[in-house]
Amino acid sequence: MSSPKRIGKIKFGLLSPKEYRKMSVTKVITADTYDDDGFPIEMGLMDPRLGVIDPGLRCKTCAQRAGECPGHFGHIELAAPVVHVGFAKLIRKILRATCRRCGHLLLDEMQQHEFLLKMHELKDKSYSTEEIVKNVIKEARKAITCPYCAEQQKEIKYEKPTRYVEDSHKLMPADIRDRFERIPDSDIELLGLDATNVRPEWMILTVLPVPPVTTRPSITLENGQRSEDDLTHKLVDIIRINQRFQENREAGAPQLIIEDLWELLQYHITTFLDNEVSGVPPARHRSGRPLKTLSQRLKGKDGRFRGSLSGKRVNFSARTVISPDPNLSVNEVGVPEAIAREMTVPIIVTPRNMGALQEYIKRGPLNHPGANYIKRPDGRRVKITDKNGDEIAETVENAWVVERQLKDGDIVLFNRQPSLHRMSIMAHRVKVMPFKTFRLNPAVCPPYNADFDGDEMNLHVPQTEEARAEARILMQVEQNILSPRFGGPIIGGIHDHISGLFLLTQKGSKFTKSEVYELLKKCTVEKPLPEPAIIEEDVAFYSGKQVFSQILPEQLNLTLKAKKCVMHGVCLKTECEIDAYVKIEAGNLICGIIDEKSIGAFSGAILDGIIREYHDTGFTEASRFLDNATKLAIRSIMKFGFSFGIDDEDVSQQAQLEIEEIIEKAEERVEALINAYEFGELESMPGRTLNETLEMKIMQELGRARDKAGEIAGKNLGFAGELALDNSAVVMAVSGARGSMLNLTQMAGSVGQQSVRGERISRGYYDRTLPHFRKGDLGADARGFVRSSYKKGLTPTEFFFHAIGGREGLVDTAVRTSQSGYLQRRLINALQDLEVQYDGTVRSGEKVVQFVYGEDGIDPTKSDYGKSVNVQKIVQSVIEKHRSG
Amino acid sequence: MKNLNVIKHEMVPEHFIMSDEEVHELLARYSIELKQLPKISVTDPACKEIAAKKDNVIRIKRRSLTADEAVSYRLVIDTKMG
Repeated sequence: MSSPKRIGKIKFGLLSPKEYRKMSVTKVITADTYDDDGFPIEMGLMDPRLGVIDPGLRCKTCAQRAGECPGHFGHIELAAPVVHVGFAKLIRKILRATCRRCGHLLLDEMQQHEFLLKMHELKDKSYSTEEIVKNVIKEARKAITCPYCAEQQKEIKYEKPTRYVEDSHKLMPADIRDRFERIPDSDIELLGLDATNVRPEWMILTVLPVPPVTTRPSITLENGQRSEDDLTHKLVDIIRINQRFQENREAGAPQLIIEDLWELLQYHITTFLDNEVSGVPPARHRSGRPLKTLSQRLKGKDGRFRGSLSGKRVNFSARTVISPDPNLSVNEVGVPEAIAREMTVPIIVTPRNMGALQEYIKRGPLNHPGANYIKRPDGRRVKITDKNGDEIAETVENAWVVERQLKDGDIVLFNRQPSLHRMSIMAHRVKVMPFKTFRLNPAVCPPYNADFDGDEMNLHVPQTEEARAEARILMQVEQNILSPRFGGPIIGGIHDHISGLFLLTQKGSKFTKSEVYELLKKCTVEKPLPEPAIIEEDVAFYSGKQVFSQILPEQLNLTLKAKKCVMHGVCLKTECEIDAYVKIEAGNLICGIIDEKSIGAFSGAILDGIIREYHDTGFTEASRFLDNATKLAIRSIMKFGFSFGIDDEDVSQQAQLEIEEIIEKAEERVEALINAYEFGELESMPGRTLNETLEMKIMQELGRARDKAGEIAGKNLGFAGELALDNSAVVMAVSGARGSMLNLTQMAGSVGQQSVRGERISRGYYDRTLPHFRKGDLGADARGFVRSSYKKGLTPTEFFFHAIGGREGLVDTAVRTSQSGYLQRRLINALQDLEVQYDGTVRSGEKVVQFVYGEDGIDPTKSDYGKSVNVQKIVQSVIEKHRSG
Repeated sequence: MKNLNVIKHEMVPEHFIMSDEEVHELLARYSIELKQLPKISVTDPACKEIAAKKDNVIRIKRRSLTADEAVSYRLVIDTKMG
């Protein structure tokens, strides 16, 4: 491979016919490709001078083999000039802005000078001149006569895509070209073109370059038949028409025929350049499939730019299904042995590692931590097999490179699409494991937005020491616990972690010494066990809070309000009746219950606290705590036992009756509202029509009814007041592990009103939603109110309405993801070149975009939930320190 | 109806024409040239109100959600036609 070349500058311009001919290796005159013997025809579309595609042959131009020869352009001499579609709009502008006789820009010298001055000034200040060009054309069009030759100007009509009509006369491309040739160089700049690289007449083609065969290789089918590329097909058409045109003209055919052929030539060249021009029927393959011509190769997601240049396929990557493993550290990733055997890390042989590397080579490619290849300094690569391993190990020398298989401790990048933020790609340490899935700690699911319902993830192995160092220092999971999105932890416990610690730290939970050891067995605990907090009948018990304190770092001081805090009146702090005031002092949980607010992803205050308390080792300390907390949580939830079943939604007979009654009453009130409406007694609310008023009132009434039903159900299940810890749904909702009051309401109380676009369901049949109801029925049940609970079960009509509401949700998500994806793409394209400089400014290229990054110069990752300082926290910590001496 | 002064509107930040010395100091502080500054058109209502001319540099003090007050600078350019 040749070494990469540095690009000094890029020049944009048009190629002249002269240049087309100069770079051409042959004129193409025959539309045929191969002769009967299968050899390419000279001066045909597959001329051997245009490059080689058949292996074994050498290029007639550069004498290189297929694969080395880049291919060479040919050219077709067009019998008559033709408009280039890509410039059709620009041609129109220039036609309108220049004189039809002398070609001058239709501005007097004064105006021209003024515009030019302004243009130069803006260019000096590196500002876009688009606006000026627009104005130049606008002004020039106003001219009735040419200020130079006094010629009367005529209006030019443009008919898509390539027709220009002046005074009901069609302007032939040849005429346009003549006019453009007369435009003086001095006028070109004002038209927004670069006078040194562009002549307007070059927008009308007289010579068509023929792309090298390497860009349009033909494929040989199994039956030996050759199948040509779409571009070749199009070129064949062009040459045929070109020839016919020439013959007809030489034979002196009537003007009408000539013009028809000219238009046909225009059509073929237009579709050769772009087969999706509006107003032009796309050229089709014999099978009816539209041809993929030049523009189609470049455009769109799988086009050359987005598909081949910005995004490519890579080596040293792996992909498989993911599954959870709470015994792994958050910094680790479990890699199947089959994948670890395939993927390698290049290691340079030195005297220090020679012995170890020889060991890998001896193990060969089949015994897992082995080696697959060695690379010698002369560039030769030798594959290690289970047979030649010993032999190669003996011959290995310093500075050789051994491609060692992936093993425990290697650093790799782990990624899940869509990669919407930087936490979508993080560095993990490898842990080689049996079976076929990638394993990850469920606590890292939130940043990846991963679950285990079949998600797959990708893994990449960095190949250089620099890349590995960068990955370890900047991208490792623990470095990404704090999110730059809101300056808080984005990684944390989920589901069972939260439920488990919630149950563990509950007031009144107590454990014997051996139970404590059992719970903490897998954790790394450095503290000695404290005095047991509870002694009952001479048996010592440790409280759940004491157990949890064992994994807290010693310097941690923290106070926060738990999720279940109801904030009634003055906070009683440590005396809180419901244990919602969490206080951690010197690494001891004094009071309060651990829930989502303390360890949850997106909100975990303890993780946040640890990272801020431990300046140098914060991230490591935090990941260690997270590992311990998740292990402890899983062990404790297993100790308590935790399951959810249909009987967790059971409410008492009494409560069911109450719910029934509430809904009954609400429906009566709705009936009353409808009656009032029908008798014209309903008064409309300000700014609303009578209909809207009625709908709003009904929705309110029914919403209230559902909430009340939920309240009763909640109370009955033990959601409010004294918590029912034996009810899993309640535990999950209160701790924030999963589910909410609303979910409980719908399961045990009433599902409530179904809606489409925020309104009651009203579509379906004439004046009614379903034939089960009377026409014009506005009652609750006829418009999608589901009075049943999920537990009780839905009636057929209710079920149908529920399906309607559910469908809207699905459609919304589908539409939203595609829209937000496009939005994200545009945002990233707009921001990708911005750079924060060491002086704190944000610059894009040379230009300053912001004088201070974010206007406050704060890195949101290091901020306190977006704020640069939390004065209260600082004051608090100073007071604490003062108090303790 | 020509008595609306945009500068006095509460949503319009403070615009101020900088003196040559100030501009010089600004460019030195960020070691930049005039053309690297963000631009503002002379036809901008705020520019008109404070009678800014081409090549002036304007200091804009605006309220900010992150910092309480943020300062920005803009070079006045002439995009006006005719």
